[in-house]
Amino acid sequence: VSYDPGDDVIQVVREPAPGPAAGAYRAFGETLRGLKTTFSRIVEGPTTIQYPEEKVPVYPRFRGRHKLHRFEDTGLEKCVGCSLCAAACPADCIRVVSPENTPENRGSAGERYAAGLRDQPEPVHLLRLLRGSRARLTRSRWGTTTDASDYTRSDPDLHQGDAARRVD
Amino acid sequence: VFLATGIAQDSANALTEPDRGDQQAVTVLGLVNYVEPWWIQIVKSLAIFLVIFALLPILIVYERKLLGPASRTATAPNRVGPFGLMQPLAEIVKFATKEPSRPTTSVGFLYRLAPAIAILTAVGSLAIIPFGGVQNIFGTPVGPVRDRRLDRPPLYVFALAGISFYGIMLGGWASGSKYAFLGAMRGAAQLISYEVAQGLALLGVVITAQTLSLTGIVHAQGNIWFFLPQIVGFTIFMIASFAETNRAPFDLVEADSEIIGYFAEYGGTAFVAYLFAEYANMIVVSGIAVTVFLGGWLMPFGIHPPGWVDPIVVLVKIAIVLTFFIWIRATLPRLRYDQLMSFGWKVLLPLATLNAVVTAIVVVS
Repeated sequence: VSYDPGDDVIQVVREPAPGPAAGAYRAFGETLRGLKTTFSRIVEGPTTIQYPEEKVPVYPRFRGRHKLHRFEDTGLEKCVGCSLCAAACPADCIRVVSPENTPENRGSAGERYAAGLRDQPEPVHLLRLLRGSRARLTRSRWGTTTDASDYTRSDPDLHQGDAARRVD
Repeated sequence: VFLATGIAQDSANALTEPDRGDQQAVTVLGLVNYVEPWWIQIVKSLAIFLVIFALLPILIVYERKLLGPASRTATAPNRVGPFGLMQPLAEIVKFATKEPSRPTTSVGFLYRLAPAIAILTAVGSLAIIPFGGVQNIFGTPVGPVRDRRLDRPPLYVFALAGISFYGIMLGGWASGSKYAFLGAMRGAAQLISYEVAQGLALLGVVITAQTLSLTGIVHAQGNIWFFLPQIVGFTIFMIASFAETNRAPFDLVEADSEIIGYFAEYGGTAFVAYLFAEYANMIVVSGIAVTVFLGGWLMPFGIHPPGWVDPIVVLVKIAIVLTFFIWIRATLPRLRYDQLMSFGWKVLLPLATLNAVVTAIVVVS
């Protein structure tokens, strides 16, 4: 009794093994084909991007770096040191250390909240991941750790201007 | 080695130049009649030796630059020096500063001697590649020699290849390791198997040119380079050369993950010596292929440049053949050991024999 595998079984059909002449011809032909492939790749050149020297353009909505914003009129930082951003950050990369405002050196508009002028802080539009920005590249392990002064400065590395894209 | 280089370089030029009675023959060591003064021989040996040794690191960089894009594996090193050209030097420093160590079971003297044999035979073979015809440099003749005893360069090459077998065999045996010994047995068997086919492939050219002198063979290629009428011999010679130099697809000794090579117990400078010997052997084999099959220092299309161009022509042709070596390495996968053996004995050897016989019949009839 012969076993019938049915229609849903894939039947493997092998071509006959080549004889010496056909085998030699095939091996030679395949070698030439391989040589052609590798040669075309040599002509093509390497595809590796030498990252620190060569940069691929990032997508416009890619966000690689933080930016602390200021009030347009007074120039004060919008940040009041509420640490909600640190709590919300999924990468846990933000630490908020807020200095006191002094009459001589007033950095933030924070005393508005301290004086109870508003009933709640408004932690929006203070800290943004910049669109079109790259992650910082350094050679040392802690080289990416920066303080807030870096985040408030305008970024010369940025090729998509952040002012135009702050509308998020 | 310098002396051997000089002697054999001269012997390579023997027999083919028409006799020039105006030149004074000098007898050195009672062996060879030179037409050139002794200091020219030393200068010539040094020049060839140093040029080729300067080419080795460049060759290594060049190979990586080609292999990178060709096999889509990795980019060539490009951090040390301009375009990564200093990478081999950095690696040599790295290897040289390694602690010299050897297995306790190894035979110390032979363990150190074996890499030296490998590198000496490679450099010694370099000697017979003719880089040009007879030249007159500032009134000093450089080139030919009239001698009947050292005028068989192919035999000299195969004699040195026979000695290089000891570099492998002694290295593997003196390591005192079973794996290295097995690798040495495999490497030696590969060397012997393909040497036969290589020699027989050369035989076709020797029959056609009717001389064993390499300069004679070059001069015989005035009309057509031998790689065309001897296309079978050329193919066999190149394939056998890949095996002789342990290059892909016959680089079993380098297949660390699959099968182990004879230099398994070597590290540091001794390992570099083996590596160096491999690359020097590549240059030698390319030089022989250029001389025997690709017209030596002759230019195609009937161009006859001045004499000082000859060595450049030879070097450029060698570079082309080396590119082919690297190209093949980027293309073909490695053979299994039994495939290697059966291919050498069952395919290449009969083909090479047939080629020699057919050539002989054609030449005689």
